[in-house]
This record gives sequence, structure tokens and C-alpha cells, in this order.
Amino acid sequence: MDNRITRRRRRELVVGAVLLVALILLPLPIGDVYTRNLIIISILFAGLAQAWNILGGYCGQISLGHSLYFGIGGYVSTLLFVQAGVPPLIGMFAGGLVGGLVALLVGWPCFRLSGHYYAIATVVVAEIGYLLFLNWDFVGGAMGVYIPFKGDSWLALQFRTQKLPYHYVVLAFAAATWLAAWCIEGSRWGFSWRAVKDDVVAARSLGVRVFPSKMAAAAISGFFTGMGGAIYAQYVGYIDPDSTMSGQLAILIALPAVLGGVGTLWGPFLGAAVLTPLSELSRSYLGGSGRGVDLMIYGLVIVVVALARPAGLLSLFGLRRRAKGAPDGSPA
Amino acid sequence: MTAIILQVVIGGLLMGLIYALVAAGLSLIFGLMDIVNFAHGELMMLAMFAAFVLWQYAGLDPLMMLPVVALLLFGLGVLIYRGLIARALSVSFNRGMVQIFVTFGLAIFIRGAAQFVFGGEFKSINTGWLAGRTAQIGGVYLPLPQVAASLVCLVAFAGLLAISRTEFGRALEATREDRDAVALIGIDRDRIFALGWGLGAATVGVAGVMLAGFYYVAPNVGANFALIAYVTVALGGFGSLLGALVAGVLIGEVEAVTAALLEPSLKQVSVFGIYMVVLMFRPRGLFGKL
Repeated sequence: MDNRITRRRRRELVVGAVLLVALILLPLPIGDVYTRNLIIISILFAGLAQAWNILGGYCGQISLGHSLYFGIGGYVSTLLFVQAGVPPLIGMFAGGLVGGLVALLVGWPCFRLSGHYYAIATVVVAEIGYLLFLNWDFVGGAMGVYIPFKGDSWLALQFRTQKLPYHYVVLAFAAATWLAAWCIEGSRWGFSWRAVKDDVVAARSLGVRVFPSKMAAAAISGFFTGMGGAIYAQYVGYIDPDSTMSGQLAILIALPAVLGGVGTLWGPFLGAAVLTPLSELSRSYLGGSGRGVDLMIYGLVIVVVALARPAGLLSLFGLRRRAKGAPDGSPA
Repeated sequence: MTAIILQVVIGGLLMGLIYALVAAGLSLIFGLMDIVNFAHGELMMLAMFAAFVLWQYAGLDPLMMLPVVALLLFGLGVLIYRGLIARALSVSFNRGMVQIFVTFGLAIFIRGAAQFVFGGEFKSINTGWLAGRTAQIGGVYLPLPQVAASLVCLVAFAGLLAISRTEFGRALEATREDRDAVALIGIDRDRIFALGWGLGAATVGVAGVMLAGFYYVAPNVGANFALIAYVTVALGGFGSLLGALVAGVLIGEVEAVTAALLEPSLKQVSVFGIYMVVLMFRPRGLFGKL
């Protein structure tokens, strides 16, 4: 039994490495800026969805407020760069740390709630953050902050025309989230978290410390989400509350994980590979005139996938295997 | 001075009653079957557009179309239950998330559809029996559309209370208490759920029509009201009608006072702040049953 799990986990690592190499090579033959941008955004959201998955999937806490950590991570690295000259390559770790810290602060009151009560509380907390940033002059208020261009540099993560460096930055980010999820799956923490997700009372009776488990998951999840926000801000060269802290964004972060397959290694990535291009393409081809067709398609896809594939798109591939002690893997 | 204070307090009350009625529909559905309808704000928005269309093309006053729109929304609620929610309830894996995201997807779809049909710009109903009129009593200005909206909200609450005393209301209550046991005493659970959704949607429909009398109509108008409704419901206690009423008025007052004393753009921050505080000391809300 144990041997089989080790073998499976090793195979996942190999598949991950192959995918990583493929994604390293992917942009090389593509010269088109639009397509490269699409790939970068998709990989970024794959990483963000994986970060969400760590709390929402493995630990079962459905957060609809991850935009808060994303935005705060972005603001921290941006302000450190603009106000103090700290290079974003370092600043993004600071953004991640603050994001994780804020996730702990949010978790402290909210983790007493469960189910829908928790989900709504996270929406509200994120909205408070959004409104405060909107009215806070130091961070530029509703106008936001422009990041001045200081020449091509890896340290500053700034490139005037090239997209390729950003591709590798988001790829490294997504790979890090995947590796974190992989480590969690095999660790004692991962088992505790899944126990918390499946049955809090049973978990507690087995000696799982429920509250610290949720807090640990939130901190890791918040860290990566904040880091993603920092990378995003640097990529677009601009940050404001509407683009980085809105409730809409919180959904965009959670959806790939939910529709791809929650609590799985590959679900968030699959979800992002399908949903992000879908939303970007339909927006640029159908949403230009504000006609709303893109939203209709997006909403319809969410409803259909959620009802037809409750275990996520991943279940289409029969990749879901019975994880030890978790009641999943049933052929959906 | 007294007039200013009264003006603020009454302004808060008038808005608070609308919040209360929007929340009542949400609370009803949540209490009944433990589902949060994330498309609740979009149902309200549809009711507002229905009122707008009836006003623009048929020349009907918002007050006259109240029953029509309420009936339309009732049908829509039943339809949503039969078409989507009943399916979401029968899912065996990952049910909690499926329920959340089905209504979320529906919300995005409805918003897109409204944008497709009506365009994104703001519209308003600016003629009618009450439109733009104010009464003045002792130095306090009372915008008549809002006064009418508040009265209708109170009537709607009385109606909901009356319904809860009927046979159907008792069946609702019994289904809420134990959704499996009710089958034993001959209550068709599925039918009760469908009617519950209809009633919840009709309730928010009434709120939407009255709101349309003095508020802008646009595809994204629902999002903000829905957020306040979630807070109202959580504050008042999930499933409690009285809780929704008290919490709605409380939120209206907090908003009005914050806007008057501090900064209008921060009015919601204080509302959400109070919600967080209540959450910490009384997670089930003011009137919530455990």
C-alpha cells in the first residue's frame, strides 16, 4: 500500500517535470504577443488556483476573498519598489509574507465559522479591504499606482518589450505552488487537512488540531496568492483596487480549482488551462462592445461543469485515484 | 439640529427597510435548505429591469406592476429551483461547492444576459405618481418613492409573517427543521423547496420594483445589494425573518450615520465592521437559532 503511494507520488513528480519542460519550450516558437500574453495569464492563474486549492481544496475552507491577499501582495511589492526602491524580485517575497500574514489575521475570526458562513465572511472581509484601499490616499486611492519603468532588469522584473522573461517568472511561480501542493499531499499536514475537510468532529477526535490546521493552510495559501499579486502588478506595470482586489477577481482565482477538480494536484492547472483562455478569448472577441455575451458563456460553463462534473473536469480523464483515507476517486 | 438628526435617522430607516426585504428573500431560501443564493442580487436586478421595461413601454407606474413582477419572479424562482438547484442538491460529491458555484454561474449568466439585452448604461424611472416628489414634515424631507418603498416593505414583511402562519408556512418550518422526516407526514419536500424559491424570488422582486422607483437600474446594480443582503442575513441570523428586519434597519442606520458623520464612501466599511464584530461574539447572528 505504502509502496504504491510512493510510486504514484514519484510518477506525479515525473509528470510535473515533463510538463515543466514542455511549458519552458512552449513560448519559443510563438512570436505572437497576444498568444504569449494569454499563456502568461493562464499560467499565473494556474498558480493562483493552486494556491487557493491549498486552503479550499485540501483543507476544505471555501474562501471567496482571496483577492484580498492578491491585492495586498501586489501593493506591498509595488510600494516597496516605488517608495523605497526595493527590487520586486525581493519585494514579491515580502508581498507573499504580508499576504500570508493577512490570511492569518482573516482566519482568526473567520475560521470559527463553517460552510456558507465562512464563505460569506471572506467575501465581506475582502470587500472591506477593497473599500479601504479605494479610499486610502497613501496607496493612490481609486487611481492606483503606476510603476515607473527603470530599464530592462531581472531584479526589477521589468522588460519593455519582451514577454518571455515574464513567462518564466510565472512558470516558476506556478511550479512552486504545485510543488507545495505535492509536498502537502504526502505530508502529515496534508492528511490532517483533508480530515478537517471531510469531517471536523471525526478529525478532532483523532487528535487533529483543527484551528491550527486551517491557519497553516491559510498562511501558505495567502503567501502564494500575495506573491502572485506582486508578479501580476509588475507584469502590467500598474496597480489599482479594481483590477487587483475586486470580488470578481476572487472568483477568477477560485474557479479554476473548483471546476478543474478541488483537492487534486492537477485540477487547478487543468481548470486554469481551460477557463482562463475561455474568459480572455470570449472577452476580446465577444465582450468588446460591452454586450455581455462573454459573461453569458462564462456563467453557462460554470453552471454546466458544476452540475455535470461535480468532481471537476479532471474526472473526465479518470486521473482521480482514491487518496488514502479520503472518500473521493469515485467514478463521477 | 434635531431636524438634521431626524433626517439622517429617517433616511437610514427608509433604506434599511429595503435592505431588510432583500435579505428576507435570501434568508428564507437559506433557512429552508441551507443554500446561499449567490444570484440573489441578480434576481433583484431583473425585477428592476422588468419594472423599467413595463414603465417605458407600457407606461405603468411601479406601484401598479408590483403584482405582475412579483408573479414573474415567483415563476423564475420555481424555475431556477427545478432546473438547477434540485440537480445541485442531488449531487453526491463536493456538494457544498457545487451549490455555491451553480448560483454563482447563474449570477454571471444573468448579469451578462441583462447587459446583452439592455446595455451597460444606467437607466432610471423618472416619471410616475411619486417620482421625484418629496413631502416635508417639520423640516424633514421625505422622498415619496422611498416612503412608498418602505411601506410596501413593511406590508411584504407582514405578508411573509402571515404566510408563515398558514398550512404552507408550517410545512416550510417543518421542512426546515428536518427535511427528511417531513416525508413521513406526507409533505412533498421538493414542492416545498420549489415554492420556497418562488417566494424568496418574489420577495426580492418586490424590493427590486420599489427600489427601481428611486434608484438607478443597471446590470451590475445587484452585486452591492446582494453583499449587503448577505451581511444582513448573517447579522440577523440565518433563516430568521425578524432578524432580517432588525438587521436591515440597523444596517441602514449605520450607513446613514457613517455617511453623515464620517465619509460617505466609507459607509459600508462600518457596516461590514459591525458585522465582523457581531461575528466574533455571536457567530449565529442576533436572532439566529442554532
